[in-house]
Amino acid sequence: MLKTKDLLGIKELSREEINLILDTAAGFKDVLGRDIKKVPTLRGRTAVNLFFEPSTRTRTSFELAAKRLSTDVINFSVPTSSVVKGESLIDTALTVQALGADLIIIRHSSSGVPHLLSKNLRASIINAGDGTNEHPTQALLDAFTVKEKKGKIEGLTIAIVGDIAHSRVAKSNIYCLTKLGAKVRLIGPPTLIPQEIKMMRVAVFHSMEDGLKEVDVLIMLRIQTERQGKGFFPSIEEYSKNWGITSERLAHARPDVVVMHPGPMNRGIEITSEIADGPHSVILEQVTNGIAVRMAVMYLLAGVKRS
Amino acid sequence: MKIYIKNGHLIDPSQGLDSIGDIIIENGKIKEINTKRKERSTKSKGLSKSFVKTIDAKGCFIMPGFIDMHVHLREPGFEYKETIKTGTGAAVRGGFTTVCCMPNTYPVHDNASVTEFIIRRAAEEGSCTVLPIGAITKGQKGEELAEMGTMVKEGCIAFSDDGSPVMNSLIMRRALEYSKTFDVPIISHCEDVTLSDNGVVNEGLMSVALGLKGIPAESEQIMIFRDIALAALTGARLHIAHVSTEGSVQLIRDAKKRGVHVTAETCPHYFSLTEDAVKGYDTNAKVNPPLRTDRDRQAIKEGLRDGTIDVIATDHAPHHADEKLREFDMAPSGISGLETALGLSLRLVHEGVLTLRGLVEKMSLHPARILGLEEKGVLKAGSVADIVVVDKNREWKVDAQHFVSKGVNTPFHGWILKGMAVVTICKGKIYEQ
Amino acid sequence: MPKELMNRHDINRALTRIAHEIIEKNKGTKDLCLVGIQRGGVHLAKRLAAEIKAIEKKDIAVGSLDIALYRDDLNIRKKQPVIRRTEVPFEVTDLKIVLVDDVLFTGRSIRAAMDALMDLGRPANIQLTVLIDRGHRELPIKADFVGKNIPTSLNETVEVQLKEEGGRDRVLLKKVKRGA
Repeated sequence: MLKTKDLLGIKELSREEINLILDTAAGFKDVLGRDIKKVPTLRGRTAVNLFFEPSTRTRTSFELAAKRLSTDVINFSVPTSSVVKGESLIDTALTVQALGADLIIIRHSSSGVPHLLSKNLRASIINAGDGTNEHPTQALLDAFTVKEKKGKIEGLTIAIVGDIAHSRVAKSNIYCLTKLGAKVRLIGPPTLIPQEIKMMRVAVFHSMEDGLKEVDVLIMLRIQTERQGKGFFPSIEEYSKNWGITSERLAHARPDVVVMHPGPMNRGIEITSEIADGPHSVILEQVTNGIAVRMAVMYLLAGVKRS
Repeated sequence: MKIYIKNGHLIDPSQGLDSIGDIIIENGKIKEINTKRKERSTKSKGLSKSFVKTIDAKGCFIMPGFIDMHVHLREPGFEYKETIKTGTGAAVRGGFTTVCCMPNTYPVHDNASVTEFIIRRAAEEGSCTVLPIGAITKGQKGEELAEMGTMVKEGCIAFSDDGSPVMNSLIMRRALEYSKTFDVPIISHCEDVTLSDNGVVNEGLMSVALGLKGIPAESEQIMIFRDIALAALTGARLHIAHVSTEGSVQLIRDAKKRGVHVTAETCPHYFSLTEDAVKGYDTNAKVNPPLRTDRDRQAIKEGLRDGTIDVIATDHAPHHADEKLREFDMAPSGISGLETALGLSLRLVHEGVLTLRGLVEKMSLHPARILGLEEKGVLKAGSVADIVVVDKNREWKVDAQHFVSKGVNTPFHGWILKGMAVVTICKGKIYEQ
Repeated sequence: MPKELMNRHDINRALTRIAHEIIEKNKGTKDLCLVGIQRGGVHLAKRLAAEIKAIEKKDIAVGSLDIALYRDDLNIRKKQPVIRRTEVPFEVTDLKIVLVDDVLFTGRSIRAAMDALMDLGRPANIQLTVLIDRGHRELPIKADFVGKNIPTSLNETVEVQLKEEGGRDRVLLKKVKRGA
């Protein structure tokens, strides 16, 4: 059983709850392998994708997950503009709830928005990414993928490479994998790794060659080209030369290393096509697993009784 | 009208007064203070029938009314957040008999006509004395000096661009030099906004854990260093607003040792809370400067104890509830603090960080001295009757919904505090809890 | 004090008899397969398959079916049912499926199992085997092969314990508070 009606972040989940979600997702992955990829489980419920940041992949993944559970889905794409004074966030969310939403999947550029909605709405809130805080379903599908490929998570050495400071995917992964007993390390330039992150029981490396030694799983993060020009690194080319994953660098890791990426990839920048399409990559499976994990989350949240 | 307050424990650090006594007030001024037993019983017998109001302050303390040097009354322009009427109403509930209002109103208080407006409104509707603080620069833009002289004439007692720092060092230097003409303090909001870079919480573990942009302690400390240097250079009177970090306290301590004319204030939230208060994205704990670490909190307490920090002011910053019910980084900063200040400050007395005398100094005597208000902050025959009667031990629960202030934005809602102002007397009126 | 209704010998004899009945009714094992309903029916289905093999000397396909996603009481249950594995590694279309469950009670689990099976394909027919039929049907569902008919009251429950789950083979009748 999940303890609360919402999924706001991995921070708020216990190890038991994470394992429950992963076990449940395994059952749903079976459904995705059939001809009829649908079960009547949440028939009659309504899920709303409330996305204040553009995103086709995550939104579609949630949409498919809901539909596979026979849930009705509505997509609200709200153009973000802090200048345009329109309806307040709370008003928009309450309107969506009044339209009959049982489940609201929210993505927003401000950290803490899902928490704000959770306190003020009866509907279940799923965080699909809030500012630089968390992206919990991404971390859950990453953990599911690791478990599937390696049989376990505890004791594995897992490296996350890239813009840790601005990445909600990185934060959620750090919380999730450390809770499940993995040894997590971060690799990137010092300007992109905040000093306080060491308090989260992770090791920090600035060199790929050093950081990749003994690594079982490698998670590459997308480098946002907008970060160039703000002093975090001199150029994309330099970033790529130092922290991009190439076959040469990958040889420093364990021979059976698994390479993951939350997508979308910048081929040629943080990851070469050779690796993205190569035998170590499980990037496409992450996408499939994403649907199973999101189905599991919706199923489990639907079972939490509201007062 | 005659008021007789009897059996209270009088405290006035300016004259070393610290004993049981009575006060007689007539026509808004203190007529007599009697501490000797014989005098007290004679007076009480003779006068009890001719008093309009008798207050038995047994078990309570009688103090000079508190003076809050840092309050945002929001009028003119932001009356939906607070008005002079509601703000001063909150003030007297908190035991304050004088408040100084900051100039970040709309229009900005950078010229004498706004000064006149505020003083007039305060006379019409204010429950306590309101002394306006004018802007240092026009529009608080930090580019051109505002007309300090005409504003002083109209009633301003100090100048500040609070809400913003004066980023340009040359302008700040000129402001300090020019202020010497009128012998008024310049109150500085010390923050290097380029370093803050739109941060919303303290830069540290919480900012990383919550994914919120952080403001480093250095943002405040760099500006304090600069302003102290400029104060030393110009010989002007510098007062540093809302001190929040350990490094800041140390800088001020050193400056005072060297003889620089600098004074400083802190706010109750900086010695009562840490950055942990923003957990769960509680916008009621969003304030500028932000709540810091526990180490900073202890340093603030030490700064109060050893005299480095002269004043406790509230930085009362009311906002409309709707404004706080939104995304954390979009919500305005500020805590509605007038009604909780005394209760929170008394915790320092209960903990032994301050004596009661010390509390009166921080909240009444020192503000009066810094602002050049000779008549205030004291209990003297002949001075204006600005008095607060404090029950140090009375327990009460903070209930924001019942605040007199329009601003219910407080992180202290639900707290049990010990001690409150049971009677506040000012402008010839009595306010009782 | 729970009452033992069947011991391991009783269970074995019942399963042997049921295996014979299945073969007789279906005139052999052609196009026949067994699908056990999680959890109680899965082990029984495997045992039946072993019995059938011993009689006909032929292997018969066995699968397991989780019905949690097809239940009709998801909104009213106190606890969310745990999702278990559905492993039906063969094409269901045109096969004769014998559903296997341990206890037949209201019939709702069987209704859910049939819906789940239909989503996997189009069986030629569906037959039902249960070890115990305890009565109190709430839907028009009947078992084709029954180990034992046991009349019960609503404040009782029937529990089938199997050695595959760690205990002894036996069937117990227990008294419970209704609504547990």
